[in-house]
Amino acid sequence: MSLVLNEEQSYLKDTARDFAKNKTPVSHFRGVRDSENPECFDREIWKEMANLGWSGILIPEEYGGSDFGVAGIGVIFEELGRTLTPSPMFSTAVVCASLIKEAGNEDQKKEYLTKIASGDVTLAFALEESSRHSPTNLETVAKKDGDSYIVNGEKTFVLDGGFADFLIIAADSGKGTSLFIANKDTKGIDIKATPMVDSRNSANITFNDLKLSSSDLIGEENGSDQIIEEVLDISRSVISAEMFGGIQEAFDVTLNYLKERDQFGSKIGSFQALQHRAAIMFSEIELCKSCVLESLTSFDEGSNDIPRLASLAKAKIGEVFHLVSNEAVQMHGGIGVTDEYDIGFYLKRARVAEQIFGNVQFHKDRYAELTGY
Amino acid sequence: MSDLNSFRNETRDWLEANCPESMRTPMSQGDVVWGGRKVEFKDPDQKVWMDRMGERGWTCPTWPKEYGGGGLNFEENKVLQEELMRIKARPALNSFGIWMLGPALLEYGTEEQKLKHIPKIVKGEIRWCQGYSEPGSGSDLASLKTKAEDQGEQYLINGQKVWTSYADECDMIFTLVRTGPLEPKHEGISFLLIDMDQEGVTTKPIKLISGKSPFCETFFDNATAPKENLVGGLNKGWSVAKRLLQFERNMIAGMGFGSASSGSSKKSDAKPTSGLATMAKRYVGEKEDKLDDSGLRNKIIDHDMNSQAFALTLRRAAEESKKSNQGPSAASSIFKYYGTENNKLRYEIMLEAMGTKALGWDGAEFGPEELAITREWLRTKANSIEGGTSEVQLNVISKRVLELPQ
Ligand SMILES: Cc1cc2nc3c(=O)[nH]c(=O)nc-3n(C[C@H](O)[C@H](O)[C@H](O)COP(=O)(O)OP(=O)(O)OC[C@H]3O[C@@H](n4cnc5c(N)ncnc54)[C@H](O)[C@@H]3O)c2cc1C
Ligand SMILES: Cc1cc2nc3c(=O)[nH]c(=O)nc-3n(C[C@H](O)[C@H](O)[C@H](O)COP(=O)(O)OP(=O)(O)OC[C@H]3O[C@@H](n4cnc5c(N)ncnc54)[C@H](O)[C@@H]3O)c2cc1C
Repeated sequence: MSLVLNEEQSYLKDTARDFAKNKTPVSHFRGVRDSENPECFDREIWKEMANLGWSGILIPEEYGGSDFGVAGIGVIFEELGRTLTPSPMFSTAVVCASLIKEAGNEDQKKEYLTKIASGDVTLAFALEESSRHSPTNLETVAKKDGDSYIVNGEKTFVLDGGFADFLIIAADSGKGTSLFIANKDTKGIDIKATPMVDSRNSANITFNDLKLSSSDLIGEENGSDQIIEEVLDISRSVISAEMFGGIQEAFDVTLNYLKERDQFGSKIGSFQALQHRAAIMFSEIELCKSCVLESLTSFDEGSNDIPRLASLAKAKIGEVFHLVSNEAVQMHGGIGVTDEYDIGFYLKRARVAEQIFGNVQFHKDRYAELTGY
Repeated sequence: MSDLNSFRNETRDWLEANCPESMRTPMSQGDVVWGGRKVEFKDPDQKVWMDRMGERGWTCPTWPKEYGGGGLNFEENKVLQEELMRIKARPALNSFGIWMLGPALLEYGTEEQKLKHIPKIVKGEIRWCQGYSEPGSGSDLASLKTKAEDQGEQYLINGQKVWTSYADECDMIFTLVRTGPLEPKHEGISFLLIDMDQEGVTTKPIKLISGKSPFCETFFDNATAPKENLVGGLNKGWSVAKRLLQFERNMIAGMGFGSASSGSSKKSDAKPTSGLATMAKRYVGEKEDKLDDSGLRNKIIDHDMNSQAFALTLRRAAEESKKSNQGPSAASSIFKYYGTENNKLRYEIMLEAMGTKALGWDGAEFGPEELAITREWLRTKANSIEGGTSEVQLNVISKRVLELPQ
């Protein structure tokens, strides 16, 4: 796979960098948080992102997208991750768009992909059922009843679940997993927002005799396990790119602080105890960069090692975001633990993002299994 | 592309005809061919292979033809390496000349110096060692004291070097000597080539914890070197020294990553495997396909992931510098530090997997491979010392890359 960006990807990255710098610096995130807007994002900004074509990057041209590929959207997320830009883009334009693209029928693609590309709908994927990522052996069940399905179960950590217009629901339908799409206002859906430490939106959702028709089925009945895995890998890779942006920003901010802060008559960056830790972080960040790029490009270039590379990226980046966010706070001394200072935001985002679709240990284990041990 | 294909075919044919069968078998540390006047071949095929490759310049494939090198470009060299790998050919020749002195001479040497020394490195006729460190000057290399005095036609050298790898088997030594005793420490150093076959140079082996004596103390007692052996200008040796260290560090960093196979995930159908896990399973067994020691398994996972990430980074740095046509990218500053620390860890994990089987010193009760691993484990401890310690590497990253205040 290529480890340097092509022209198109570099262009997307530059555009996203400018956007993040001018429209959504960290102060934007802080503003959204302080506004106590329950949606935890700014609809105006989301509209602008969609107008730039970002929500359609994974969507084929015939449905209004640009089909620029996973690496294309990944580099945008990296830049948005730097400034912690909150938006529905991950759930809607990466996770759910990919599910519909891979599994949906023509009508569903026309209906949803077009509206995702234009930024007119938001979607959330209701998958997780416990406090740790566990995409198999679901307890939410969909029982066939004539031409309809009755869904019962409880979902948690549904990203953007508090506001998304539509939910894609993963349920055990007897002989495998099926995917359904449902309007959030459908009877039988009970949504409880769960305010998280990173001030982004997620929800616990209960399905109580939710009645869906077979036209709500996305993909084959019982046939979605493989597709879910594939879409999860895309999503893991993209969220790793977002996290990698956060890592770099937290590190850069800290590095600047080391060059500015005086103690003992010197810049604290002159103390070797801090220098070596910074140099070790730098080394780890260089490794992360290679893992993210290799994973992002593996989809577009058709590698046969996609799952392992996605796990490598998610585990490595998760671990290093842990390290860097902790060190960043520590090296700031007292102000590092104040709310007034931004660095704590990265610590909070690091831990939530680590949980998305598998934490470090989940992906280490998966990497080993895929390597034969 | 078709040019490259015909190059591949020619290369394949030539290797098929010229690489002796015995040179396509796995080798041990003792089978490494270093060349030089004092070389002793364990097997006549080693000489045949070295001579044939040297004649063609393929011991140094990318060096210019006018100095005996292969004159291959990046793509051609890649093909050559792939073809060598394909037939599992042993390296025909290894040497400090190839790894360090040659590349530095190509940049800093005069035309005469290049014509005189480089072809002999390519053909393995002269074996070089490195005289940098002194008893009082290790990490703080620029404080070195060995002095070279101007005697008109030649320099007179007095002083002592230490940790000189293979000094007792070498023909020539490239040294850092003080030629400007009054100048600031970095500005009074010259890079001087000295013939070791003279009375004024003596060596005394030092034994390592691994039981081997691969390096020496080297004494200069009124030794001499002709003026033409000064490289890079009087008192300008520090630049040459630093550049050469970069070559050395990249070489050391790459050890254990020869094929970097774990870094490539092109569309090959080979199923990924883990060398460490395979060996660990032999010693500790498995349960439901998983290594039956979850603590050890986790360490192996970390190590495999980091090794793959590191191999990817080596590849990325190569792609980046090729694309930008500039020197080494920022990523390369981490290679020496990360590669050696990672390699040390690899051996610690092997030891943990093998238990007491890894702790034998000799005798027939241990397998030869086991005994080799024990010795190699001890040898890896030097990886993060030789060529600049890990701490010094971190200092370099802090200062040069992160630009932290001093
Ligand atoms: C929750 C909380 C409660 C507090 N309560 C009180 C209180 O009641 N009364 C009070 O007076 N103070 C209080 N403090 C202040 C506290 O004592 C200081 O924050 C602490 O001494 C560090 O100083 P600093 O924040 O200025 O960080 P700095 O000194 O600027 O340190 C920044 C970073 O540089 C590192 N560093 C600094 N010097 C060196 C060096 N020589 N070598 C290596 N690394 C170095 C530090 O370890 C740190 O990582 C409190 C702080 C906190 C966070
Ligand atoms: C196997 C082997 C082969 C070698 N081969 C050669 C050779 O062929 N030719 C040659 O010239 N040399 C050779 N060397 C020498 C090698 O380059 C030196 O050992 C190395 O540069 C370290 O110097 P030192 O041993 O004097 O350690 P010191 O410099 O005394 O260091 C001792 C400890 O202090 C630390 N330290 C020193 N300065 C700093 C600092 N500023 N900040 C933080 N920590 C610091 C070091 O990291 C180390 O941990 C070889 C060494 C080994 C082990």
